[in-house]
Parts: sequence; C-alpha cells; structure tokens
Amino acid sequence: MFNFVGRRILFAIITLLAVSAVVFTIFSLLPFDPAALSCGQRCTDQIIEGNRIKLGYDKPLYIQYLLFLSGIFLGRSYGTGSAAFSCPAPSFGYSFNENRCVSSLLAEALPVTVNLALGALIIWLIAGVSLGLIAARFKGRWPDTTSSIFVLLGTSLPTFVTGLALLIWVTIKWKLVPLSVIGYTPLYENPVKFFQFFILPWITLAIAYAALYTRFTRAAVLETLGEDYIRTARAKGVKERTVLLKHTMRAVFAPIITLAGLDFAGLIGGAIITETIFNLPGLGRLTLRSTFEFDLPIVLATTILAAAVVIIMNLIIDMLYAVLDPRVRI
Amino acid sequence: MAHILAINDLHVTFPTDDGLVRAVDGVSLSLNEGQTLAIVGESGSGKTVTGLSIMGLHKRGATQISGSILIKDGDREIDIVSSSEEEIRMLRGGTVAMIFQDPMSSLHPYYRIGNQLAEAFLVHNPGKKKQARARAIEMLDLVGISEPAVRADEYPHQFSGGMRQRVMIAMALMNSPRVLIADEPTTALDVTVQAQILILLKSLQKEFHMGILLITHDLGVVAQVADDVSVMYGGKIVETGTADGVFYQPKAPYTLGLLKSVPRISTHGSDRLKAIAGQPPSLINLPTGCAFAPRCEYSSHAPADACATLRPQLLGQSPSHLSRCHVDESTRDSIFAKELKQVRP
Repeated sequence: MFNFVGRRILFAIITLLAVSAVVFTIFSLLPFDPAALSCGQRCTDQIIEGNRIKLGYDKPLYIQYLLFLSGIFLGRSYGTGSAAFSCPAPSFGYSFNENRCVSSLLAEALPVTVNLALGALIIWLIAGVSLGLIAARFKGRWPDTTSSIFVLLGTSLPTFVTGLALLIWVTIKWKLVPLSVIGYTPLYENPVKFFQFFILPWITLAIAYAALYTRFTRAAVLETLGEDYIRTARAKGVKERTVLLKHTMRAVFAPIITLAGLDFAGLIGGAIITETIFNLPGLGRLTLRSTFEFDLPIVLATTILAAAVVIIMNLIIDMLYAVLDPRVRI
Repeated sequence: MAHILAINDLHVTFPTDDGLVRAVDGVSLSLNEGQTLAIVGESGSGKTVTGLSIMGLHKRGATQISGSILIKDGDREIDIVSSSEEEIRMLRGGTVAMIFQDPMSSLHPYYRIGNQLAEAFLVHNPGKKKQARARAIEMLDLVGISEPAVRADEYPHQFSGGMRQRVMIAMALMNSPRVLIADEPTTALDVTVQAQILILLKSLQKEFHMGILLITHDLGVVAQVADDVSVMYGGKIVETGTADGVFYQPKAPYTLGLLKSVPRISTHGSDRLKAIAGQPPSLINLPTGCAFAPRCEYSSHAPADACATLRPQLLGQSPSHLSRCHVDESTRDSIFAKELKQVRP
C-alpha cells in the first residue's frame, strides 16, 4: 500500500515538473517582451531594461525556470536597495499590472472558485445520481421519459443561456436573490450572504453537469442490473429495493467518483463563463482578465495551478479506488 | 415419495420485435425429495428459462407465463405462476435455491465472501447477524473451503473458479433448501474441478435431502449424477425416463443424435464426430409438425406426412419412459439399438 502511494506521489511530482516546464517554455516563446509589458504607458528603454533585470528576465531561460520553482518553495525577492520588494513563499511571480504578488491574487480568487465548484458538485451529484437511478428503475415509463427531457435540455443549453436566464428571471424579475454586488463573503462570516452569492452560479453549473450524470448513472445502473451477481442477489431473495440501492449502487459508485473528481478538477481551472456571468472574482475570471491584459505571470500561475489540481485529483481518485474496489488493493 | 416440485404444462413466452419467442412450450415435470433430475438440451432449448421460472426470476419486461409451478413449502403448496412477487421472494434462497453457470461473475466483486453468504441467511432470518456469520463459516467448511473463518473475510477475486463455485453452492444451501436448481454448475470449470463439484453436490444432497434439478448440456455430467433425465428440444420435453433408460435405450431420435455425438476415446483418430445435421429451430417460428423433423434421419419410418404436419405427443409403452416421435416405438427400439451398437461396440 505504502509503496503504491509513494510511487504515485513521485509520479505526480514528476508530471507536475514536466507540465510546469512545458508551460513555462511556451510562455517564454510567446512574441511578447515580458519586461516591456511590465511597464506603463510612458515607457523608456531604460525603465524596460531596469525591469528586465529586476524581474530576472535577463537571465537564461533555465535559470528563470529554476528561480520560478525556488520561488514557490522559498519565496522570491526582486530588485535591490530601497526599490526592492519580495513575494513570500509560495511565490508564483509578480504582476506589474496589479502591482501585487501573484500568490496573493490567487489566494483571493481560489476560495471563490473552490466554493463554486464544490457547491455545484454536491448539487449535481445528488440531483444527477438520483435522477439517473429513478430513470433506470422506471425504464421506459414516465419518470424515465421526464428525466430524458431534462438530460436533453441540460446538455444542449449552454451555461451562458441558463446562467443569464436565471439572472434575468430569479434575480431581476422575481427578485428572489439579490444581485451579486455584495461580493464574496466566506461561509463562516455570513452563511446567508454566502448562499445568496453562490446559489445561482451553483445551479447554473449543476444543471449542465447533473444532466450528464443522470445519463451516466442511468446507463451504469442498467448495465449493472444485467450482471450475474445481481441475479445472484435476487436468487437469494434480496428485496428489489436492496438490490438496487445496495448491490447495484455499490458497483456504480466507483466510476461516478472518478468522473466527479475529474469534473471538479476541470472546474477549478475554468468555470470562466459562469464566473463572468455572475461576476464572481474567481480563478476563471482572473485568468480571463490577465489574458486580455497580457499579464503573463498570472496566466502562467493559473495554468500551472489548473494542471496541478488535475494531477492531484487524479492521485486522490487512484487512492480512493484502492479503498472502493477491493480488486485494486495493492 | 411426495413431490416437492411439480411443474404442469408450463408455457413461457417473450414478445420480441421479431415475434413471440416460445422459450418453454408445455413442459411438465416433477421432482421428489432426494431425487436428481437432469434437464438436458442444447442452447436455446428452454432449459435455463424453465429453471429461472421456478425461481420466479423470469418476470422481466413483458414475459408471459401460464401453467403451474407448485412448490411444497412446509405444509403449504405455493404456485409460482400465480403468486405475488413478495411470496415468491420469500421462497427464493429459502425453500428453492439456485446455483449458476459462471461462478466468476456470479459473486459481487465488492463484498466479502462471508457477508455475501450471511446476506442469504439474513434475508430469511432478519436481525440474526451472529448466527448468519456462524452459518456462513459452517457452510464454507462444509463445501470444503479450508480455514473458512479467514476466507470468509476475503473477496471473490481471491478465490479460484472451483472455489467460487463451492462458495455459490454454500450460499445456495445457507437456508437448507428443499429444491436446488443447478444451472450448468460445472460448465465454466475444468474437468478435474467439475468432478469435485459433482461429488460435493451429491454428498450435500444426502445431507440436506434436497431434490436437485440439474440443468446441463453435458451428458457426462448427467451420467455421473442424475437419477432421471428429461431431454428438451425446441422448448418441449422430447424424452423423459430414468438415466439408465435414456442412456442405454434412447427413444427420441434427438436423444440418439446427442448420444451418438459424444466423442469417444476408442474412436479412430480419422473418424469425424457424428454431429446432428442442421440447426436447432428458431423458437419464434417453430415447424408446424415435429420440431425435430427437419433434422431427423428417421422420418421415413413414420406414417406419411405425420412428421411435417402433426405435433407428436409425449407417449410410451412404459409410463416411466416417455418420448415424442411419430415412428412406432418398437421400430425405433430395434433401429436405435443397432445404431448405438455401432458407436458403442
């Protein structure tokens, strides 16, 4: 067991290093001079060269990469003398546009996105799995037909349509939820504001994913119901309810967890549309804004962060699988 | 001896897009305590559907069923065909148990063996968890699994195929059933393991006094364990009698074909296996006459046109050995005896 976990963690670290190196190289190959971009409107060559040295863009690429890596663990300081400033570990660089350390920008945006993804995940898992289960249980009857209409709508309506529709009807016309000008409030500070802030974005994301999970669960349940071991359970005299909720769901659980983990990781990297519609100051919007502003340190950091989340989620899923499926025990 | 299972004129049909599939077409049979009755037939002859109907597991989709399946449960007699799902469920795994063809896929991969066994007990004895566990270990021991208390905490993938079939048998016997339906219990196993499983079934039958309905296409298995044999073809029983009677004096042309097609070690290497010509009939469009007529070598001995137009009845000079054939029984006896002599010198 320990061997397996150790090996997987080692692989995860190697993958992360490779991904960060590739992303770093790609960004350095872009036809922009990062030193020039870090300078305002009234720019002189002198300021640009000064910034180049201050931000370390004068050094060879591999040194820049090593500095970037060491900054994550040790923090990093820029410049000398009275103009010196530093970003404490974990430092992902410095954004001149914002005049702030990238890590502090990430620290503000990450909780918003994590809460957005987590809330949506909980809603779509509950809704999608139960709808899929009901659809499979009543295959070909009206609950199945109804759920397939939901699946069709959920998968074909883009989030900018459902999101805007919710915003127009629920917030503006019916005034059920205040417009999210209130800003992000952590759950422990004010639960009511927290839920008001997130409920519509959650539902927007959850509708799309719940539709996929309904379809997936229905198919997986129907497939499992045809398995020999389900026939064995029935032959034992097990109640149909137990056959469905225990024997079948136990087998369907593992692939759903896998799917959920990957979808969750995907959302951390890019719930861009939903965050933009609802004006959520999360990672997606941060990435979008810094892309438009050519704020390369931020784009670099969010890209590597998104990759890291996917790799870490994969690691977690693999370890969960060893717990969920006795055949994978090592 | 009293019947513990009596099937009378059972019909099971499935509507499909291509038409009505008559999987079981007027089957009658009975099983006594301690008796082993083998149902023999090729794939699609209706033998498995017959077995599943006895468990009440046929009720999927639009399946239609008629006739009666009477099972003795204590002093009561329950008809599976007309009983409610809940009544049948109480019989399942209790009075009637079933073991299946493929032990590799018949156990739930995510649950411990001991818990899967205990569940069979708990369904019929709610709340008695300690007893269920003790019974599970006892049954594992009985079917010849060493260190049953340790093995009970393992998962199916840690067992070999033969061991899993032993587990399946143990699971079926958790509540001491009176009727055990064994649907090709040895098909997925290699020959030495097959023999072990059959010997085990026989010894357990003595201990539990149960009637075994053995569904198989393997005549070798039948010869080893069956007291009586019913041969099925096209959803019907075409011959029924004692195992010895059917083996040494087959009366249905189909049975003779099956016996002739058994490979023998004494056969010369160059001789071809004597297969029955043609294909088994589709259960959607059965021939109007005898279902076996298109493949039968002996229809010329029957009265003109009888084979093609009339369904033969299940008849016989001896009430304990019946068969369906239009050819006169004594004519058949003499022809079949000669033919058997050729393959069994």
